[in-house]
Amino acid sequence: MALSLFGAVESGIIYAIMALGVYLTFRVLDFPDLTVDGSFVTGAGVAAVSIVSGVPPVLATIFAIIAGFIAGCITGLLHTKGKINALLSGILMMIALYSINLRIMDKPTVSLSSEETLFSQLRGIWPEGIDSFLNNLWNSIGLGRAPATWIIVAFMIVVALAIKFLTDYFLKTEVGLALRATGDNKRMIRSLSANTDNLIILGVGISNAMVALSGALIAQIGGFADVQMGIGMIVIGLASVIIGEALFGKKTIAIATIAVIGGAIVYRIVVTLALRVEFLETGDMKLITAFIVIVALVAPKVLQGQREKKRRLQKRAALVELKEEA
Amino acid sequence: MLHVKDVSITFNEGTPDEKKALQRINLELKEGDFVTVIGSNGAGKSTLMNIISGNLVPDVGEVIIAEKNVTSLPEFKRSAYIGRVFQDPMAGTAPSMTIEENLAMAYSRIRKRNLKPGVTKLRKAEFKEHLKTLNLGLEDRLNAKVGLLSGGERQALSLLMATFTNPNILLLDEHTAALDPSRAALITKLTKDVVAEHGLTTLMVTHNMQQALDLGNRLIMMDKGQIILDIHGEKKQNLTIEDLLKEFQRIRGEQFESDRAVLG
Repeated sequence: MALSLFGAVESGIIYAIMALGVYLTFRVLDFPDLTVDGSFVTGAGVAAVSIVSGVPPVLATIFAIIAGFIAGCITGLLHTKGKINALLSGILMMIALYSINLRIMDKPTVSLSSEETLFSQLRGIWPEGIDSFLNNLWNSIGLGRAPATWIIVAFMIVVALAIKFLTDYFLKTEVGLALRATGDNKRMIRSLSANTDNLIILGVGISNAMVALSGALIAQIGGFADVQMGIGMIVIGLASVIIGEALFGKKTIAIATIAVIGGAIVYRIVVTLALRVEFLETGDMKLITAFIVIVALVAPKVLQGQREKKRRLQKRAALVELKEEA
Repeated sequence: MLHVKDVSITFNEGTPDEKKALQRINLELKEGDFVTVIGSNGAGKSTLMNIISGNLVPDVGEVIIAEKNVTSLPEFKRSAYIGRVFQDPMAGTAPSMTIEENLAMAYSRIRKRNLKPGVTKLRKAEFKEHLKTLNLGLEDRLNAKVGLLSGGERQALSLLMATFTNPNILLLDEHTAALDPSRAALITKLTKDVVAEHGLTTLMVTHNMQQALDLGNRLIMMDKGQIILDIHGEKKQNLTIEDLLKEFQRIRGEQFESDRAVLG
């Protein structure tokens, strides 16, 4: 049980970077970008193919980020210069990327199992002591079978937080403020001499760069890139954003971005727990995801409605009491 | 400072809905001129504003701001010269962002945006000083989201954002029309003060004749896409609503059909 929860946290934090990318388009720019399903694979594919052909893993990951950025910029161009509806430009780019990804990878799956990756490199410098220390701790509180390695979780927490803080900083810069205003009030920021077209292109580009980075890291952790691995990514990203907002709020940018990371982890935990229910099978995962998103969207409103109702009832009761006293 | 040269624009040309929104408009504002624009609905006031701001491109004619021909510059490039306040209090600010962030965006209107923080300590102090001039207590709420402000407060903030960087031209598009009388009076007073303080070249559209008479050193009246009356100087100071209506009837030979204009 504890081990599968550990696995849930691990995959949650891995996908958190992708979710931060989705947050940038979906919430900050108010641009429902479906490119994600394609650009995720683009990131994984570019990284995998580069590594196989001998590029150092760090450089391969940077190539993946650039490829994702370009894919996002094209979606942005379709929307702003081509005046194509936001949803549609994302969908068009997503299906176009399916073919492009096949071309990049040249076959449906590229294996990295015998290659040097970021993680195999890290394993080389990772002191064994940390693993055994944490596993002793794990065993001493009686959590059952201990995880094989803590490298992935540790490294991904560092990367996810680094991306989070970079995003926080960027969204407070002059360009970042204009980007947020583009999602909030286009007319206003145009009258303050900002080129909203370029900001949208930049924003969607950065978002997909993050998604591609996530894809590149996952390919290196999993040891392969597959042309199908992006299916449903956008929904997982949305689920993370929405769950995070519902649970942790969105008062400031810093809170909203940490909430997205939290949401990504909670999403995985809920899915893991749901799959332990006997009646549900692995194939029900997408249904569970849809259900979680619906609950996260509806529950806060229902709760608030009930709170309001309760508040009014209290006020009325107080008024009745006051009258009786008089 | 602002020169609108022979500008014409027609909407839906060649269809039954054809509308000659502006017909050979010529308007020249000297530096420091404060011009109020009145006219009934459909007279072309907003079209003129949109052509100056770059929202619309004229069919023929030129727009020159500070000796620079800006006719073909897109709106976001022209904004470096122009401060603008819209009629809708929601339009001029970003509701989900804070007061200081909104001001920081206005600060960047005349500069190239870069990757340095938009709100700095230095700027915060400056924003506070500017907000104090509004006398609304906003200087103590720098971190409040603008969506939480009332319509009047938002419009005051919009006015500040449009003016504190000293634009070459200030465009006010019925910016008090959506407010209740006391808030409208406040914004009118703030407008008067800020224009006087910075000596801004201003073009203000209004439906309120009294406001058009009270403010500014020059008044123009538009009808059917043309400027039919242009009064400045001493004559403007002594003008009354009565005079305006008489003038209009004399020129157009018809009753001023807009009840709104009369009641305003």
